[in-house]
Amino acid sequence: MSYIPHTDADRKTMLEACNTKSIADLFSMIPEQHRFPDLDLPSPLSELEILQELQELSESNANTTHYPCFLGAGAYYHFIPSLINHMLLRGENLTAYTPYQPEISQGTLQTMFEFQSMISALTGMEVANSSHYDGATSTAEAIIMAVNHFRGKRTKIIVSPTVHPQYRQVINTYTKGMGLTVLGEENLQADTDDLITQLDDNTAIFIIQSPNFLGTVEDIEGIKNAVHDMGALLCVITNPISLGLFKPPGEYGADIVVGEGQPLGIPMSYGGPYLGFFATRQKYVRKMSGRLVGETVDKRGKRGYVLTLTPREQHIRRDKASSNICTNQGLMVTAATIYLSTMGKNGLKHLAELCYHKAHYAANKINELPGYSVINNQPFFNEFTVSCEKPVTELNKSLFDNYGLIGGYNLENDYPHLENHMLLAFTEMLSVDDIDSLVEALGAI
Amino acid sequence: MKNSEPTIYDISSPGRKGVNLPIPDVPIEDIPDDLLRKDLNLPELTQLDVIRHFQQLSQLNHSIDSGFYPLGSCTMKYNPRINEDAARMPGFLHSHPLQDINTIQGNLALMYELQELLKEIGGFKGVTLQPAAGAHGELTGIMMMRDYHLSRGDTARNKILIPDSAHGTNPASTTMSGLEVIEIPSDSRGNVDLDILKSKCGDDVVGLMITNPNTLGLFEEQIKEVVKIIHDCGGLIYGDGANMNALTGILRPGDIGFDVMHYNLHKTFSTPHGGGGPGSGPVGVSEKLVDFLPAPIITIIEEGDEDNPPLFGFTTPKHTIGRIKAFNGQFGVLVRAYTYIRIHGSSGLRSNSEHAVLNANYLRSKIEKTYNLPYKRACLHEFVVEGCWQEAPNIHALDISKRLMDFGFHPPTNYFPLIVREALMIEPTETESKETLDKFADVLLQIADEAKTDPQVLIEAPHNTPNARLDEVQAARQLVLCCRPAYLPEPEPMQT
Repeated sequence: MSYIPHTDADRKTMLEACNTKSIADLFSMIPEQHRFPDLDLPSPLSELEILQELQELSESNANTTHYPCFLGAGAYYHFIPSLINHMLLRGENLTAYTPYQPEISQGTLQTMFEFQSMISALTGMEVANSSHYDGATSTAEAIIMAVNHFRGKRTKIIVSPTVHPQYRQVINTYTKGMGLTVLGEENLQADTDDLITQLDDNTAIFIIQSPNFLGTVEDIEGIKNAVHDMGALLCVITNPISLGLFKPPGEYGADIVVGEGQPLGIPMSYGGPYLGFFATRQKYVRKMSGRLVGETVDKRGKRGYVLTLTPREQHIRRDKASSNICTNQGLMVTAATIYLSTMGKNGLKHLAELCYHKAHYAANKINELPGYSVINNQPFFNEFTVSCEKPVTELNKSLFDNYGLIGGYNLENDYPHLENHMLLAFTEMLSVDDIDSLVEALGAI
Repeated sequence: MKNSEPTIYDISSPGRKGVNLPIPDVPIEDIPDDLLRKDLNLPELTQLDVIRHFQQLSQLNHSIDSGFYPLGSCTMKYNPRINEDAARMPGFLHSHPLQDINTIQGNLALMYELQELLKEIGGFKGVTLQPAAGAHGELTGIMMMRDYHLSRGDTARNKILIPDSAHGTNPASTTMSGLEVIEIPSDSRGNVDLDILKSKCGDDVVGLMITNPNTLGLFEEQIKEVVKIIHDCGGLIYGDGANMNALTGILRPGDIGFDVMHYNLHKTFSTPHGGGGPGSGPVGVSEKLVDFLPAPIITIIEEGDEDNPPLFGFTTPKHTIGRIKAFNGQFGVLVRAYTYIRIHGSSGLRSNSEHAVLNANYLRSKIEKTYNLPYKRACLHEFVVEGCWQEAPNIHALDISKRLMDFGFHPPTNYFPLIVREALMIEPTETESKETLDKFADVLLQIADEAKTDPQVLIEAPHNTPNARLDEVQAARQLVLCCRPAYLPEPEPMQT
């Protein structure tokens, strides 16, 4: 199968125009011994054949439409209103690129502008960019922004151990060549009081997640003062659905708010593509990386939108740029914008309440089971940690094999002290029957 | 094209609903008051309002589906719709990234196979699928090169050599990795200047980042010497794979000594650009760097036999640079690229590059007498001309670009590469027909004529787009980055 339009007659005319005898001659500058390698790839397939093969692969997965899913840990199975996918499949959204030419890209630009507006509203911050790759890279970019803000003079980064473990791994990878000291890994049991003692006037940024990886809503009011007393920036990683209900980080003094935008109308799709949102205060806007859309007017005085503050970016600043980021997550931004427009303020609140109530119903039930106890002693949102008597791998295997349930996240993977601890997540996709099945199964295993 | 659309906040009306969620089927739990937010400034609309708004907005965009899009270095070719159906199969779409590997073998098999396909296409020994975009792949590759030297105790190396024709992401990725950029000028044929390259080589060099064909669309004629010079000083070669649509099935970068290269799946393998993303930037590496790949990579952890398929799982390379992104790369993009590669096979991929190069050379031949070509030799998949003439002193490349919009074409890339004055970088891609190229060439010739006889028509262009030229200076000065408070209705008390 090929999508090339050339007829033999076309090729002949075109080669003549190029003064070339054959297509192969167009490649005469390529070193001859390596030219036209014999690639050992499977034979080409028709569209029909590849669809059949993919169908088989897809169906060999256990997917969450068939198996109630209690796994969250940074990606959540939520309801996605049908209209979103239909709008994403419109060619004008799907097959446009970065809006370099604003006169013929107002659709993409205005969508990004509305996304920035809604992320600002949701997080309670003054400005938001039009996305990074995912929650983890957004967090890494927050560190880069803080280091740039202090012109490299502050080199200590404090990352709470209850920040998503994969985010912490990405932070470690990103910061390796930057001459920074990243604290937080050395004691995985450290609480916020312990972390605060690490603050000093060399600290650039303090990163905390709320609800944290174990599900707990952190008390950030107290932390904020300690961080700001040292002149450092406070970065809060959050779940955007929780903000339908909870006080936004902007209200309790965060300087940067980042997170994973997947819950905002983006399918789990085995981990991507998602989007990382990134919001901050107006005073830091010039230090923020990532694509940014601003309102302006055209020559006739009509409102329009353009990419703005581009002099921060790599295509102008090259080695002096604040980040190498080039694309944003385009279509995922469109998805999230349409999602937030459809949900509206009451829809998002209702959704957050559903998640909250289901999680708390489950927590109460599980707490009553002998051998299980919920360890979160502060409020939680849609996720909580349960200590169990058996290894989580054993429980999960039985939940899947015998009950057709996708169990929770095994916290021992990342926190050795949390042996036999499971992180369970609840969304509107789980019915009371699903939850009762889980409780019953846990009781029986 | 349609004209304009108010903002989503402008059309919001308090009390409208776009979604009907179920009432709770569990008891209502008290929520502590001090946790609750007071208001939430999101719009309130019906589904029809939302559809009309975003449908109207979409119509303000130019896209591949609406017309020719010869944006150089971006490979705006046809995006087959089968890829969309593939990525939306429920088993792919509704799988959780942290599911037990035994429940997710279909995804892992696809990722493993894609790693193998990309290894074969690029001539590499290992591939990571984790990077989210080309620039992210660059960062990954540079970090691997840096750590390779460090692991050998070769700690004095801190410089990356980069030709002056490179994409801006190359130097930016280098700085992000904590390394220093040394720029290498191009010679009069558009190649890397070998004498200067040699003079910069030493035991402080991590490696060279090179785009081949370069951003002029020209093949580096002395590539084998370049590779040898770098390897001789102990450095490694990074290939920017942004231009692989010229070379797929034509030349494997690994065969001529490239140590690392990222693929842009959204370019070469035609996953949709989506208005700026998502991209995907897998990285291929030579033997030397296999142990430095980001963790995890997909491997066979239990061999299969006649009755059982192999078991796929995750492996952490010995000297891994670590994790570069949460979860499993841009998985949905990987499904699309895998589908595209399997449909084409070896012959189809080669044919794509052949026709991409034929189209570029054909288009070049149609306009080269009118638009100055700074480097007069056969191009590969794209070429760069100067958008200016002595006889039209007030006309710039940007004016030509804006005028092209009046004829329904997306302009070429402007002002890049930086080494060509008033650059117009044109990449037609293989899925465009001779008729389209002829029309585009005719329009370019007409515009060249207008530039000299009626320059005002260019300077005032575009004339029939939703907006006239936009004031970027004002945008940067006033910095309105979200819907103005004045647009917003008075905050309504939230319903419970």
